[in-house]
Amino acid sequence: MSYHVDQNGYYGRFGGAFIPEMMYPNVDELRNRYREIIESEEFRKEYTDLLRDYVGRPSPLYYSNRLSQQYEAQIYLKREDLNHTGSHKINNTVGQILLAKRLGKQRIIAETGAGQHGVATATVCAREGLQCIVYMGALDVSRQAPNVEKMKMLGAEVRPVYSGNQTLKDATNEAIRDWINNPEDTHYIIGSVVGPHPYPDMVARFQAVISEEMRQQLKEKTGSELPNAVIACVGGGSNAAGAFYHFLDDEEVKLIAVEAAGKGVDTNESAATTALGKTGVLHGSKSLLMQTEDGQVIEPYSISAGLDYPGIGPMHANLYETGRAKFMSVTDEETLEAAYNLTEKEGIIPALESAHALAALEKLKFDQDEVVVVNISGRGDKDMETYLKHFRAKQ
Amino acid sequence: MENRINRLFKEKPNNILSVYFTAGFPQLNDTEEIIVELEKSGADLIEIGIPFSDPVADGPTIQKSSDKALKNGMSIKLLFEQLKDIRRHVKLPLVLMGYFNNVLQYGVEDFCRKANEIGIDGIILPDLPLEVYENEYRPFFEQNNLRNIFLITPQTSEARIRKIDALSNGFIYMVSSSSTTGAKSNVTEQQEAYFKRIQGMNLKNPRLVGFGISNNTTFVNSCRYSNGAIVGSAFIKALSDEGSISQNVKKFIDLIHSSEENK
Ligand SMILES: Cc1ncc(COP(=O)(O)O)c(C=O)c1O
Repeated sequence: MSYHVDQNGYYGRFGGAFIPEMMYPNVDELRNRYREIIESEEFRKEYTDLLRDYVGRPSPLYYSNRLSQQYEAQIYLKREDLNHTGSHKINNTVGQILLAKRLGKQRIIAETGAGQHGVATATVCAREGLQCIVYMGALDVSRQAPNVEKMKMLGAEVRPVYSGNQTLKDATNEAIRDWINNPEDTHYIIGSVVGPHPYPDMVARFQAVISEEMRQQLKEKTGSELPNAVIACVGGGSNAAGAFYHFLDDEEVKLIAVEAAGKGVDTNESAATTALGKTGVLHGSKSLLMQTEDGQVIEPYSISAGLDYPGIGPMHANLYETGRAKFMSVTDEETLEAAYNLTEKEGIIPALESAHALAALEKLKFDQDEVVVVNISGRGDKDMETYLKHFRAKQ
Repeated sequence: MENRINRLFKEKPNNILSVYFTAGFPQLNDTEEIIVELEKSGADLIEIGIPFSDPVADGPTIQKSSDKALKNGMSIKLLFEQLKDIRRHVKLPLVLMGYFNNVLQYGVEDFCRKANEIGIDGIILPDLPLEVYENEYRPFFEQNNLRNIFLITPQTSEARIRKIDALSNGFIYMVSSSSTTGAKSNVTEQQEAYFKRIQGMNLKNPRLVGFGISNNTTFVNSCRYSNGAIVGSAFIKALSDEGSISQNVKKFIDLIHSSEENK
């Protein structure tokens, strides 16, 4: 079985390009050209050089002594938090901006939730001198003020979105509308493995560097390229796609995807798509989607703005359905505990999103000698307010 | 029975006025009255919009009417219930327009069967791709005498327009410029050039121009190179005016049809 995208843009029964005709020429151009461009030697060289010299890759694979003791397994942390701009999001934006340049686009648009993807997009646009417009739900604009200021300092225009619940889903709607209204000069840098084909595959390829490095680093540190398990959080699923990518066909490697349960999967305040969703079409692809019986999309909830999305990428829907990846979810509370635990034991403050992956360790059982890699998708700077509030409440 | 869309274009090849509204707006139970009044006032074709929570192809006016309709409690099930006797009162061709996810949850085959039962003539699902329609759903539409209407834009390639023309059997929805829905006050030279280019292709299907048609000027200019035009956002705004539905509908259709405002 292949877990990769097929010729028509599908992963099993998920994926495709469910887009209005107004988007067709742009998406079609991407579909026809992305492979040829990103596989060209000249592109690979520029991309790899930038990942090394600008982003700071390879990101370290760090053996955590104290988590290994605590969880009685060999726990490694993949340090995407050490990347320039503080998360894995930059791997994708560096790739897409190089692609946009080759397509002759002069105007870049993006959506953002927590602001990490917005900052990563504004960053690469500054470097290339391209106009950058970031759509962000008005609620997130007020929740994530420091990232809004960063984007502005980087020269981006941040457009607050007032429709719907004013969060990530609505920001994505508005970015799509912008692209429809600007059919010729604009490239849309989507921030996760969602959207119409070829976005899920393209973004996964740009994030695949995470697992490519893991294999080499594991070989050096453990003698084998293969771990027993890889754990990553899933909002749309880009850091997980990158962490899983080069292990997809090694069926002996357990892939563990962690979703945000919010206040609990049966509380109506959750973002655990595989637990709560059904097959549906949103933002251009068929996947699993949280929705009402009538097909209206349900607003998700999570303490972490980056996981606050009602769907998952089609690749993940297929990994879930085929059983290739195990999906689980952890609550806000469990997440905060895990973030504090890592901070206390290792002196690393993780992003709230990444803390979901860490929280899964509490619920899993490994043998002492099993090698487990947890993807630390980002750092916690943006979440300090939430952490401090929780910390004060505890004291 | 001959499909009412096909009959309309045979009987009236020019200046067709098609009107879109969102079901469940302004009030939940206005659907039938709006349809009846549109027919009385001289519309030629009616597009009944199914509200969706995330209408990415729509501008602010239809976004707001969809939000309101959903808050009012509109759903496909309820809409079918409201329309079950519509053919006792209305002769005009009726088209349902919506986003694919709502239809997918209802069940595409059931949706088509039910639509036909009620007397619906066509379906517009802008985010259902041509290829998926062709490979998975076409028989459901055809068995139920429903015309599937595709959109084209100024950026659609000639080869793709030919393919759409071959797959269509009702009319082609010509989006006036690549944009989301929303009223505009004039037709640009660039748009006119596009209308002429498509006119020159001698397609087998008639064409209606939509998106941005809001008044007599835009209506007349669009009809010059096509079989007619579609009005949406401007009509929804008119429905929000003070006054009864019957007054608002009549006033609006008269405005589109009369060139008074240009004098
Ligand atoms: C640090 C971090 N991790 C994870 C995510 C979730 O995105 P994805 O599921 O695409 O990795 C985000 C999104 O903002 C993020 O900022």
